[in-house]
Amino acid sequence: MNAIPEWLQLVIALIVLAGALITFIGTVGMVRWATFYQRIHAPTLGSSFGAALILLGSSLHSSFALGRPIMHEVLVLIFILITTPVTLMLLARAAIYRDRSEGSPGVPPPPSHPPLTKPKQ
Amino acid sequence: MSLSLIDWIYLAAQFLLALAMLAGCWRMLQGPRAQDRVVALDSMYLSGMLLLVTFGIRSGSLIYFEIALVLAALSFVSTLALAKFLMRGEVIE
Repeated sequence: MNAIPEWLQLVIALIVLAGALITFIGTVGMVRWATFYQRIHAPTLGSSFGAALILLGSSLHSSFALGRPIMHEVLVLIFILITTPVTLMLLARAAIYRDRSEGSPGVPPPPSHPPLTKPKQ
Repeated sequence: MSLSLIDWIYLAAQFLLALAMLAGCWRMLQGPRAQDRVVALDSMYLSGMLLLVTFGIRSGSLIYFEIALVLAALSFVSTLALAKFLMRGEVIE
């Protein structure tokens, strides 16, 4: 294992710290916001930029430590970036279905048009 | 220069990620409805995975990365199954 120069270690550590800070801000938003449809936005801050920065820091650290490019972390990042929109979209649709079937206020009504026509503005 | 500035920065990052997991835990216990709890579970999976990645940076071993990959896959599957359950009332029909 090679010795990483001191300034480079500092830069990598700051990148990781920035990612952790962004993830933490996202979860604070999840705790503090008022409705479910606001809360579902906040943790995606962590799953986009937070995960990207921390995994970039990990990739840089192991690349410089081993002396060859290590690209394993990109795999995790691509997986997260693909799966997070899919799961949260499904979850939001399930939530709006539940809210509509209970008749809660503040939920847009189901579209009254047939599915293949374009809705009017 | 043993426990240097860099170690403190990593410690702060791990502390922030642990606080993020704690916030997710609070929302999961508090959340008024089931979908809030599912979002909190998803964000707890994510924060735990990133915490494992920072452990891997500090220890320099690649085993933490593989645990992180497994956790990412588990988070996808579990959130998907819970969303399906909330939508239809059962997972496999």
